[in-house]
Amino acid sequence: MTKILVDGTEVDVPADYTLLQACEVAGAEIPRFCFHERLSIAGNCRMCLVELKGAPKPVASCAYAVKDCRPGPNGEPPEVLTRSGLTKKAREGVMEFLLINHPLDCPICDQGGHCDLQDQAMAYGVDSTRYHENKRAVEEKYIGPLVRTAMNRCIHCTRCVRFLAEVAGVPDLGAIGRGEDMEITSYLEQAMGSELQGNVADLCPVGALVHKPQSYNVRPWELHKTESVDVMDAVGSAIRVDARGREVMQIEPRISEEINEEWISDKTRHVVDGLRLQRLDRPFLRENGRLRPASWGEAFSAIAAKMKGADPKRVGALVGDLAGVEEIFALKQLMGSLGVTNLDARQTGEALDPAWGRAAYTFGPTIPGIERADAILLVGTNPRTEASLLNVRIRKRWRMAPLAVGLILDEQPDLTYPYTYLGAGTDTLTSLGKGEHSFFEILQKAEHPLIIVGEGALGVPGALAAAAALAKEVGAVAEGWNGFGVLQTAAARVGALDLGFVPGEGGLTFSQMLEPGALDVVFNLGADERAIPPGAFVIYQGTHGDAGASRADVILPGAAYTEKSATYVNLEGRVQMTNRAGFPPGDAREDWAILRALSDILGKRLPYDSLGGLRKALYAAHPHLAAVGSVEPSDMAALETLAALPGRSEKAAFASPVADFYLTNPIARSSRVLAECSGLARGRALEAAE
Amino acid sequence: MLSDQDRIFTNLYGLHSPDLEAAKKRGAWDGTKFLLDQGRDWIIDEMKGSGLRGRGGAGFPTGLKWSFMPKKSDGRPHYLVVNADESEPGTCKDREIMRHDPHLLIEGCLLASFAMGAHACYVYIRGEYVAEKFALQRAVDEAYAARLVGPSNIHDYPFDIYVHHGAGAYICGEETALIESLEGKKGMPRLKPPFPANMGLYGCPTTVNNVESIAVAGTILRRGGAWFAGLGGKNNTGTKLFCVSGHVNKPCNVEEELGITFRELIDKHCGGMRGGWDNLLCSIPGGSSVPLVPAEQIIDAKMDFDTLRNLGSGLGTAAVIVLDKSTDIVGAIARISYFYKHESCGQCTPCREGTGWMWRVLTRMAAGRAQKREIDMLLEVTKQVEGHTICALGDAAAWPIQGLIRHFRPEIEKRIDQYSANPHMDAVPMAAE
Repeated sequence: MTKILVDGTEVDVPADYTLLQACEVAGAEIPRFCFHERLSIAGNCRMCLVELKGAPKPVASCAYAVKDCRPGPNGEPPEVLTRSGLTKKAREGVMEFLLINHPLDCPICDQGGHCDLQDQAMAYGVDSTRYHENKRAVEEKYIGPLVRTAMNRCIHCTRCVRFLAEVAGVPDLGAIGRGEDMEITSYLEQAMGSELQGNVADLCPVGALVHKPQSYNVRPWELHKTESVDVMDAVGSAIRVDARGREVMQIEPRISEEINEEWISDKTRHVVDGLRLQRLDRPFLRENGRLRPASWGEAFSAIAAKMKGADPKRVGALVGDLAGVEEIFALKQLMGSLGVTNLDARQTGEALDPAWGRAAYTFGPTIPGIERADAILLVGTNPRTEASLLNVRIRKRWRMAPLAVGLILDEQPDLTYPYTYLGAGTDTLTSLGKGEHSFFEILQKAEHPLIIVGEGALGVPGALAAAAALAKEVGAVAEGWNGFGVLQTAAARVGALDLGFVPGEGGLTFSQMLEPGALDVVFNLGADERAIPPGAFVIYQGTHGDAGASRADVILPGAAYTEKSATYVNLEGRVQMTNRAGFPPGDAREDWAILRALSDILGKRLPYDSLGGLRKALYAAHPHLAAVGSVEPSDMAALETLAALPGRSEKAAFASPVADFYLTNPIARSSRVLAECSGLARGRALEAAE
Repeated sequence: MLSDQDRIFTNLYGLHSPDLEAAKKRGAWDGTKFLLDQGRDWIIDEMKGSGLRGRGGAGFPTGLKWSFMPKKSDGRPHYLVVNADESEPGTCKDREIMRHDPHLLIEGCLLASFAMGAHACYVYIRGEYVAEKFALQRAVDEAYAARLVGPSNIHDYPFDIYVHHGAGAYICGEETALIESLEGKKGMPRLKPPFPANMGLYGCPTTVNNVESIAVAGTILRRGGAWFAGLGGKNNTGTKLFCVSGHVNKPCNVEEELGITFRELIDKHCGGMRGGWDNLLCSIPGGSSVPLVPAEQIIDAKMDFDTLRNLGSGLGTAAVIVLDKSTDIVGAIARISYFYKHESCGQCTPCREGTGWMWRVLTRMAAGRAQKREIDMLLEVTKQVEGHTICALGDAAAWPIQGLIRHFRPEIEKRIDQYSANPHMDAVPMAAE
């Protein structure tokens, strides 16, 4: 620890702190543009200049370390002055320079109201201009469908360049030209090729990069902000849903050190228009092969008529990827009371059995835990598309120090960090398990080896057991380190497995239920990814007119994740809750309430009348779900069970379950913006293949 | 005046062959092994004793700079980088060394690298210096062939020297920008600290020296630091290459003792002032980035670091630009200002925005299209740029303008008066035309 004086206040800070950090510790505010906590230090905006006693000129506090300060002549601690005349003069000067070529278009600028330049010009600028030359004009650049540019406004802080190069791991943005002709652009104005590109608009301290889909649409002060959780993948990024009136206008990241730091993927951010389009806003009934709008009463009586006298063995319930824990719980209770055992929530990954214990289907090391890993084996997963923010953590870990990553998958995707491609499928995994592969040694020597099993491997019988056996072999699970993680891709999956929404005694699995003629009645709670064969009577409860709805005989319109308070358990097993930012459209209702009403019609009334009542029952049955925000450590004995499973040796390659990153669920498939992104990504893939 | 036996660059004018045999006859590579055998500390002490100050412009003591390198390697290699990106307007001394006396430079590289524990040396040559690149490369090839340098050489010190050709950006003469460029990145200066002696090329301890500083090292060590220290004045020792350009009768490069007076330099070597001494307006004594000094102050001033600093200017690279009374001095400084605007790398705000602003205002002033109050505003803008930037280019852009306003404010005011007194019949040009 080093002592340093900030405006006369003595503070004791670690020697590797920068002056800016030391000033913050002392409570002195330092203006800044280019500096960002999660990016490398550029020191180019010069806004954070402070006077350092003894230094010949003001120093950039964001880049100057406390340990580089020289003590006074008699050993006094170094002194920083953040309110001196010299500091003030330096800030005013820099602010003037930033503003001389910045257009005065705040009234039409989307950044207005949350603009760093605007705010800091108020605090540190002067009120008049001395610049009477022509302002610089810079052509606008096309850098993709998600970010609109207004390059006149750019102050060249290079945050966007550093974000893409460091966090997103793509070299798509850069600065060309020199001096006042310097311009930020992508190579030949190609679209940025990152699934995290929306974040550059968040990072931009001015209005040079703004979100294109909602441009000229929103002002920050007219939005109602709701803190919530994302369901586009199983990571469960922390988000803030901004609504105007009843309409969700934008989704922004929230800071969450445990999960997404402060980034979100483009799918999470730009699914917004998907929440408006293709919505199921009233119940529908199929008559003469066509769906017609119906009232709730009609829909319910049609269901009741069908269920009456139906053999519980010929009734099944499916749960999709976006369902909250509450509705799954209600559905499970309802089906239980009807004597139905054909339950399944595993659209993918049927190999997982909650009976083995929680460690067998969650991501054991947790997301921050990735930063402790020193060798990573990815089995049957492409984390970049399946869990982008988890991939960001792996990249962050790789940037901290060299890291060996091995991949077993049927393709060799760009993961934004180098990896050793080991092979395509079971053969490789088997030889690795036998210690015949050189990567085995790397895993064995690693102090904190991490084995990530994706759904691509879960689909192959025996692969899970082989991976678990390998994890045991290399010591991935030890005291203080849990290096075995299953990477789920669906937001609802871990919650459903926690509740045990899997076939009961004699029940059919998801695939068995989808066999033709297996069932008479199917209750489908938002499962759209797998086709239900003709024959059965399908009740679809969901939000969007997607595959599930078009196959349905009765449609019950539910609420999307921004329209209800629901619990989701992310891939780590972290319990999180969404909050309602708006109401579901039209006649649509919250999903638990629909099930409660339906239970009444079916004569099996569920014993709660409010969400609170439901949660009380839920927490009584599953106490760990009451601990919102935390991960309950799992019992690692599950790994032993997994490893001891009979290893059926079926030879197959592992394929990632995510074929198109932008279109993985009904909401995303309804979004025009994401459709455009998907098209661009496909074009890039084709180009790369040529 | 420097006597001929004290000259270091005996082939400055290319009268003799630059190749190895001829260079050896002139004294290069003489007893280099013996010098190396004296050890690192001896070399650094001799360099310190010689009082040699860096010849690249800042005048930092070279021996001291060498001593900043870690004494023992922590596992990282050490590097010597020679800054041959000589782009300062008015300066052309390194050019002559590389053309005509390259072996002095190569020998200096070996000696300096040995003194700093570096086994590799990079010479970063300015993009426009194509002939010099070939000349130096030829000399390097000769040295390799003669086993003077190389992985196994007659000096028993494994040493490689690489000639790297830049792409012609002025900013790459700044030592950290040069390192960035050498690493293959965009030539933009780095933040300091950490200084290159700790984290330089590829993150390893590095010293960046000017060509002239390195090229004189061999002779200094051969003849002893005391010999060098005996030339010139206190704290401004030794000889220096002066590049005299502008309104003199015979512009030239010349090696002279530091502390020679301006008058003597011009009279002895440049055939005198064009139109006589009464015709001198001012001089820019150290390359375009230092403030000008008016005639009455410069005429009998000693040409050394400290005297010129006390005159509010600097010796810089000793590129003496002489301006006579026919000069449009405001226009001349405006042109210099354009150069800095053009060469600003654009990384940090004050320089990126300020250089263009200063150039535009000054261009108007050169024509008189300005207000008198703008003179003070311009001065204030230069102060806002100076000292607030990452590297010294901001300072270099500000100083010539400060010098102009300090000494020639009446001239600017005269232009403004003339312009406003003149009824302008010609229409103001419109953008559409």
